[in-house]
Amino acid sequence: MLNLNIDGKDVSVAKGTTVLEAAQKLGIDVPTLCHDARLKPFGACRLCIVEIAGMPKPVTSCTTPATEGMVVKTNSERLYRLRKTTVELLLSDHPNDCMVCSSSGDCTLQELAYLYGIRENRFVGEVRDHSRIDHNPFIIRDQNKCVMCGLCVRVCDEVQGVGAIGYSERGFEAKVITPFGHDLDCEFCGQCVSVCPTGALTGSLWSGKPRSEGVVKTDTTCTYCGCGCNITLRTHGDKVIRVESASDNHNRGWLCVKGRFGYEFINSNERLTTPLIRKEKGAPFEKATWEEALDYVAGKFTSLQQQHGSDSVAGLCSARCTNEENYLFQKLFRAGLGTNNVDHCARY
Amino acid sequence: MNSEIVVSVCMGTGGIAAGGDMVMKAFQEEFAEAGVANATVVEHSRLHKVGCRGFCARDVLVDISVNGIVSTYQYIQPDMVKRLVSDHCIGARPVSEWLVGDDYHTFHDNQTKIVLGDLGKIDPESIDEYIRVDGYKAAEKVLTTMTPAEVIETVKKSGLRGRGGGGFPTGVKWGFCAANDSDQYYIICNADEGDPGAFMDRSVVEGNPHAMIEGMIIGAYAIGATVGYVYIRAEYPLAVDRLHLALKEAKEKGFLGEKLFGTDFNLKIKVKLGAGAFVCGEETALIASIEGERGMPRAKPPFPANKGLWGKPTIINNVETFANLPHILNKGADWYAAIGSAKSKGTKVIALTGKIRNTGLIEIPMGMPLKEIIFNIGGGIEGDKLFKAVQTGGPSGGCIPQQHIDLPVDYEGLASVGSMMGSGGMVVLDETDCMVNISKFFLEFTQSESCGKCVPCRLGTKRLLEILTRITEGEGKEGDIELLQELAEDVRDSSLCGLGMSAPNPVLSTIKYFRHEYEAHIKQKKCPAKVCNKLLTFFIRQDMCVGCGMCMRACSVNAISGEKKQPHKIDNSLCIQCGSCFDACKFSAVLKE
Ligand SMILES: Cc1cc2nc3c(=O)[nH]c(=O)nc-3n(C[C@H](O)[C@H](O)[C@H](O)COP(=O)(O)O)c2cc1C
Ligand code: SF4
Ligand code: SF4
Ligand code: FES
Repeated sequence: MLNLNIDGKDVSVAKGTTVLEAAQKLGIDVPTLCHDARLKPFGACRLCIVEIAGMPKPVTSCTTPATEGMVVKTNSERLYRLRKTTVELLLSDHPNDCMVCSSSGDCTLQELAYLYGIRENRFVGEVRDHSRIDHNPFIIRDQNKCVMCGLCVRVCDEVQGVGAIGYSERGFEAKVITPFGHDLDCEFCGQCVSVCPTGALTGSLWSGKPRSEGVVKTDTTCTYCGCGCNITLRTHGDKVIRVESASDNHNRGWLCVKGRFGYEFINSNERLTTPLIRKEKGAPFEKATWEEALDYVAGKFTSLQQQHGSDSVAGLCSARCTNEENYLFQKLFRAGLGTNNVDHCARY
Repeated sequence: MNSEIVVSVCMGTGGIAAGGDMVMKAFQEEFAEAGVANATVVEHSRLHKVGCRGFCARDVLVDISVNGIVSTYQYIQPDMVKRLVSDHCIGARPVSEWLVGDDYHTFHDNQTKIVLGDLGKIDPESIDEYIRVDGYKAAEKVLTTMTPAEVIETVKKSGLRGRGGGGFPTGVKWGFCAANDSDQYYIICNADEGDPGAFMDRSVVEGNPHAMIEGMIIGAYAIGATVGYVYIRAEYPLAVDRLHLALKEAKEKGFLGEKLFGTDFNLKIKVKLGAGAFVCGEETALIASIEGERGMPRAKPPFPANKGLWGKPTIINNVETFANLPHILNKGADWYAAIGSAKSKGTKVIALTGKIRNTGLIEIPMGMPLKEIIFNIGGGIEGDKLFKAVQTGGPSGGCIPQQHIDLPVDYEGLASVGSMMGSGGMVVLDETDCMVNISKFFLEFTQSESCGKCVPCRLGTKRLLEILTRITEGEGKEGDIELLQELAEDVRDSSLCGLGMSAPNPVLSTIKYFRHEYEAHIKQKKCPAKVCNKLLTFFIRQDMCVGCGMCMRACSVNAISGEKKQPHKIDNSLCIQCGSCFDACKFSAVLKE
């Protein structure tokens, strides 16, 4: 273990811990914008700077490994001034339209502007104008709001392994871009949307939907597959308006395209709400209760079994069931119906 | 016995640009023609291409050596070759009016040449010529008689510090690298040289590539690297060609590849071309670039010496750093440590440019006072103007004013006045240079070359540039100087890499020493050096105007009127202060105040 002192408090951390992690362990709040504990440190926003005794200049705590005997200060007049300048610079090149931004209330930059009380801006000047619209079904890219934290690029590369976006240009013109500036054409997992600290990346499905007023958040489990990712549904009235996932759950906040964006079926009027039974060949489907449906299936199984033997029936289970459900399903067929004719849709 | 004649033509980029290859061809033709009548002369003559010797302003420079007596000619063009061959080579009578003058010798005699020593003397396209001047002796000695630890110790003792800008002690860095336990180590030569106006490394690679390669072999052995890279910009085609040739020749001689000098040591050197981004000279960005990533700096620690290329311990040194090593290993650490100043040992190659008589590439012992460089080697200010300042360290160095003219040029000296050694650029400024404009010029460069990764550099340099621009355009406001200072300090203190950390230097140093010029722009709306057009009024001196109409044609807003052969006039209510008329007038009749 390494022992260090941060803001007058002693803390012991394991080798390989960063100064930021050590500070967080003590409950000290260090501002960050480009950091995500699930990704490799990047050191771009320069907000997490701290002063370390013996070092001539402030260093970024998110990239600096803790060492034995380190004495760290996370707050000082100088650090405050540097961080404030950084936030002010970011705001000097950011549209001032939080009122109509779908990320309002959910934006690290907005929070920083508030915390540092930036009303006037000393650095008013040219602002970027990326007027290009990305035509894709799921993600709205408003590059004028991009703070170049690189989180989207890194999550796409490090977590998703897709590398659909990168950087181009230099200086003020530097930007996050798809290859050759074409429309985004990727897996649309939306991992990038989930890490973007501003309104630069949003889901088109929830754009224009209520942001916080009357919005209820409910933790639940995604029903799409057996992974059972933890999700949080944002609902407004009786409608699901957005799906998100917390970074501290078992799927670390990562979702796939279906889990993140495939929720419209919930409120779809084509959605089945009761079982349907077709009693005769060619006859129409008729609405039924679960009791009726299950009795009907059980009756058919029994008669088929009696007439043609156990191996005359087979079961095919769904990838949308949990492991436990799949286990019970095969048990039902093997032990209950006495056949090994049981399979799973994921094999086809 | 017949005399030996050696003709050496400068074939560096400067020499070629001035017509060096044509001069070379003219010599070949003249010798061929003369050969019929003077077969013996030609038999004993050697035509020889050499690299840059520093004084590019005088190119094409040609040395003719007869029996070891060397005469140097300047400004040679192909049509002059006939006479050189007939009079000097054959007739043994030097053409005195074409010889270089005393200033050529003062330029050279005040220098101490280690790295540049063989440039201009040997043919860079022939390994045998390098071997003739003891080339590869140091590498052979190191590999066959010394342990890696002894090599590192020697380099430490010599006091050699990195010539790429940081000035970090080379031997110490090698020691850090070698201390890692790894299955692979890499050595990289940084030949990216992105500073505008710098051509130190380019000249070394073009003029003596083997010295750099030999340095790399020594370094590779010291840290145990078996793979090396030379990262060189594609905009240096001649250097790239000569480097490839040199690597090939070295491999053929067994100095590279497997079992070097008959030992068990192997070293392969690969060439990686850079696409011309300034920031790719920064070591971590350079490493990212070799790995195929975008050239963006990475946070340190980890330092490359511990985790560099592909995550392995890596030494990255500058071309000039490597080119010093064969000399240090041949002549010893004490010899090297005796040159230079207390903490900065050896020499430094400097690209001397600006408003100075003798522009060119020079090499000085560390600690030489600025004054000596500018007035002895440089020959003083061009056109009898007054010296104002000297800008050192490339685009992110500082401006040093008259009051520090005795400053010793070494790492500590330059840093003590808010500038830096950088890679060795030195731009001399005179009274006609506006310091606000100069600082804007450098900011334009660093701003557009920022990689965009970190906020203070990407946006801070942009805002600094905007404030400077408005000051030079007469839109400066009360408080702008303080705002510039504050922002410059914040960018310096919170940027990720050296680019952002040093980009504010020109702003801070010009405010420190030339605050009055900023004030004149902001308060009196005047540019004392008469450079910032937007702050000037243009008018035509009636007694000097001949009425040629050139100014009228140059003016894009029709602000000038006048009859043919009659003095013209500028209507200042229409004038947009573009300065076109000033440039167009051949009679200096357009004035700006
Ligand atoms: C923006 C920037 C550009 C740089 N460009 C170069 C360069 O062109 N050549 C070079 O040798 N070093 C350059 N450096 C310095 C390198 O990062 C590195 O310190 C150097 O190559 C180490 O070699 P040395 O110890 O021999 O000086 C640059 C540094 C920065 C911050
Ligand atoms: S789009 Fe969002 S996540 Fe990506 S770099 Fe910009 S601000 Fe960061
Ligand atoms: S200081 Fe500038 S060049 Fe260096 S990492 Fe930051 S943005 Fe890139
Ligand atoms: S959080 Fe450390 S630099 Fe952005």
